[in-house]
Amino acid sequence: MELISPGEFLKRNVLAVQDYSNLAARALGNVFRHPRYVADFMQQADFIGVGSLPIVALTGMFTGIVLAMNTASTLQRFGTVSLTGQVVSISMVRELGPVLTSLMVAGRNASGMASELGSMKVTEQIDAMRALGTDPSKKLVTPRVLATVFMMFFLTIISDLVGLVGGWLYSFALLGLDTYQYWNTAYQKLTYNDVLTGLIKPLFFGFIISTVGCYYGITTRGGTQGVGRATTQAVVASSVLILAVDVVLTEFLLRFS
Amino acid sequence: MAEFRDEPLVDTVHKTIIFEDVVMGFEGLPVLGGVSFELKRGETKAVLGVAGAGKSTILKLCLGLIHPDAGRIYVLGHDITTMSEEQLFDLRNHVGMVFQESALFDSLTVRDNVAFRLMEEKLPEQEIESRVREVLRFVELEDAIDKLPSELSGGMRRRVGIARAIITHPEVLLYDSPTGGLDPITSTTIIELIMKQRDVSKTSALLVSHRLQDGFMLASHYYDPQHNRMEPVDGKPLLDVHTSFLILRDGKVIFDGTAHDLGRVQDPYIREYIS
Repeated sequence: MELISPGEFLKRNVLAVQDYSNLAARALGNVFRHPRYVADFMQQADFIGVGSLPIVALTGMFTGIVLAMNTASTLQRFGTVSLTGQVVSISMVRELGPVLTSLMVAGRNASGMASELGSMKVTEQIDAMRALGTDPSKKLVTPRVLATVFMMFFLTIISDLVGLVGGWLYSFALLGLDTYQYWNTAYQKLTYNDVLTGLIKPLFFGFIISTVGCYYGITTRGGTQGVGRATTQAVVASSVLILAVDVVLTEFLLRFS
Repeated sequence: MAEFRDEPLVDTVHKTIIFEDVVMGFEGLPVLGGVSFELKRGETKAVLGVAGAGKSTILKLCLGLIHPDAGRIYVLGHDITTMSEEQLFDLRNHVGMVFQESALFDSLTVRDNVAFRLMEEKLPEQEIESRVREVLRFVELEDAIDKLPSELSGGMRRRVGIARAIITHPEVLLYDSPTGGLDPITSTTIIELIMKQRDVSKTSALLVSHRLQDGFMLASHYYDPQHNRMEPVDGKPLLDVHTSFLILRDGKVIFDGTAHDLGRVQDPYIREYIS
């Protein structure tokens, strides 16, 4: 591995942040510029949204079940097992639904974007696109960013719902909780702020997943090895960024609740 | 588009590309050290040199895909060193490029690759289909219209690359090692195609190659439309094939002239290179 001075290391990272910011800003700015690639947006929405549905549903289901298990086990000590639905719903909707869905989508799609765009980059397809008079940021980046943000919103809702169903299955089948009681407490105790928090977060996370995936893809260097490196970096960076931004967003949204 | 077309800065009637003392480096290493040349309208210039001499860099600079550290580059009369990326996209619609490894979009069929520019311009389906077929007929690949790039041989991919570059009838064509990695027979087919484009459409072209015979074949033959093949220029003194040579060495131009001039040059490096 190449050994570089701390100054050079800092310079490279500052430049990387600058390039990433430029790409993210251009991706957003392109929404207001022609041409708009609606067909590409639909294709990406199908790939990101419909394609991620099975893993998002499974993740939501297992998370809901485990949440109900742990919650019931703790609540049993205080004789309040009946509140299981409430705890599962608040935890899923506020935090676990958005974050776990985003992490799963990041694993699937940030890597997909980085490898697809990275392969295009190393085989000069992105240069060819520029040479043909088409802006890759409009054609490749913006549709992916918009589709991810748009579909993350709905994927999170589905994940929340499936998680609640998972929690109910466990509560009903193994804890013997009343179905009406579970759903009633799950629904009644949710506030607008909980729902709003749970639906704002995936928009930010979707933006992070897509811009990080596209950034690593479009800046890929070094042939097939570089594509592999870009793919790994995209998943790691987007996952860490999601968790870091979650801290900031949670604090911000709690403050304004 | 308007900004690009309104104010040509230099002579666009006779010259399509002008390099003025262009300097370029990558990560501190010099690649081009003050390159100057002109490409006249209708002229084909073969850019020759050993690997790493800066040949492909010249083509990327012509399209504004990379920017020089110093110097001026005029393409179709416009100083591209001062143009924004948005303006460059308009300019690139008038310049066609054939990439070294073809750089076809691997998830699109031959039809969609060739039609890419036309689809971007949102032309009617029927017009796109007829123009794609016309240009594929030109490169003799009409049967491969529904194939994916992965199903094509190296030579076929180059021909699709040429078809994609010429479909909008660009004013300038840039060929980046179009015969690189191909067998001699396929290479000749590709050169014949370039010659056909030169003599039929009179398009200005920069041809980067490390194969000297590519340049000499272009300079010594012409396309005969009646027999659909190339013929030697010998014995036809009035026939001008408008082909010249530019030789680079370590990022500097060491020769710029015709095949006739090249034959008389005394520089030992060039003599060894062409021998």
